[in-house]
Amino acid sequence: MKNAIIDFQDVQYRIHTTDRHAILSGISLAIHQGETLALLGKSGSGKTSLLKLINRLRHNTSGAVIVQGREVSSWDPIRLRRGIGYVIQEVGLFPHWTVRQNVSLVPGLEDWPADRIANRYTEVMGLVGLDPVEFAQRYPRQLSGGQRQRVGVARALAADPAILLMDEPFGALDPVTRAELQQGFLEIARRLAKTIVIVTHDVREALLLGTRIVLLDAGRVIADSTPQEFLKLDHPVAREFLAAAELSSGSRA
Amino acid sequence: MSAWSFMASHRGEILAATREHLVLVLAAMAIAIAIGVPLGMAIVSRPRLRGAALALASIFQTIPSLALFGFLIPLPFLGGIGARTAIIALVLYALLPILRNTYVGLTSVDPAILEAAEGMGMTEQQILFRVRLPLASSVILAGIRTATVITIGVATIAAAIGAGGLGTFIFRGVAMVSDAVILAGAIPAALLALLADFLLGLLERRLRVT
Repeated sequence: MKNAIIDFQDVQYRIHTTDRHAILSGISLAIHQGETLALLGKSGSGKTSLLKLINRLRHNTSGAVIVQGREVSSWDPIRLRRGIGYVIQEVGLFPHWTVRQNVSLVPGLEDWPADRIANRYTEVMGLVGLDPVEFAQRYPRQLSGGQRQRVGVARALAADPAILLMDEPFGALDPVTRAELQQGFLEIARRLAKTIVIVTHDVREALLLGTRIVLLDAGRVIADSTPQEFLKLDHPVAREFLAAAELSSGSRA
Repeated sequence: MSAWSFMASHRGEILAATREHLVLVLAAMAIAIAIGVPLGMAIVSRPRLRGAALALASIFQTIPSLALFGFLIPLPFLGGIGARTAIIALVLYALLPILRNTYVGLTSVDPAILEAAEGMGMTEQQILFRVRLPLASSVILAGIRTATVITIGVATIAAAIGAGGLGTFIFRGVAMVSDAVILAGAIPAALLALLADFLLGLLERRLRVT
């Protein structure tokens, strides 16, 4: 197994250990350095829970989740999370903080010197395509949805984490803005070579952004393939996704 | 004798009573905030303490104010005649709105913001002091504002146990069957309440984050 930066070994997750119904079961998944893994699934398939097992916002019931060579349960959760960028659909920017304060959050928590934080702020704002000076003093309520999401990505990248987790980051945006941000994402992903796990229910987004697609259904991995292979899969759930997006085998989005 | 001419001729006395009144209110509010806000923070993650604290604070609110003052007089250390007893009674009254608003303010922060904060690796303390408290501050201040207005009114009854304040004129006026004397206590008390409400309302709007 080469460079598995995140490794799921026969992982099961139940909300309460006494629950008969498991949210996730039998998950074995090695995610490699530099991959962009698209976790595709319907709502309730367990894809968000799987993502949250990685930064320990949820705890696996059995099996092992290994991040950077260490089991997640043996990590100090604060240290673990500060090394993992996290972007969610609702963005979750702090409304009482300016863009600059929001983006500088994790470097500040990590006690970086002020000039290094300032440089990094300018750098990541450039990465997400926002003018660092123009936006510095603005509050989240003064931004459009797309700008807010860009700030959310900048915040996640600020401390230069090796891993980036994204939970339907472009789900709440209009189609035009979404396409714009997806293009921006591809550029960033190509440039930074980070390990990215992106949760989505949109097969087109998975095909566009992922270097690998993992299809979840009812808490199990039912397919694990490249985007090219995914188009040719025979599994009924995969066909369902492709049919809904009007993508037949052989053609690309 | 009209209320105005009574007030004009007793200016000094009314001013002194207003000062006494303000001291009672400010002392009671300072103590109530010092207890209510930390307690409100503590009950966010302690459901059992939450039930007990909110129930107790609600019970204090339901006791008629004159009776509460009366109950406190015979108590050792806390009770007796005078300002100290009055302040304790006022604190018990002010506690509920402060406690309840602190709790509600802290628990009504957008869950997405809290999840992002946790996912970014903020500690529980950092989330409380840097995210929850600032975002709850306008709701907490609304509770303090309500409590202040209530306290200014209830403090007029403190005169009944010898604590002074604007209630002195009200009780004297009742005994003398003189509207003018009652109004000499009631009007300044009402003005104080309006002023406090206005000023705290301004501050509340400034703290509000949308």
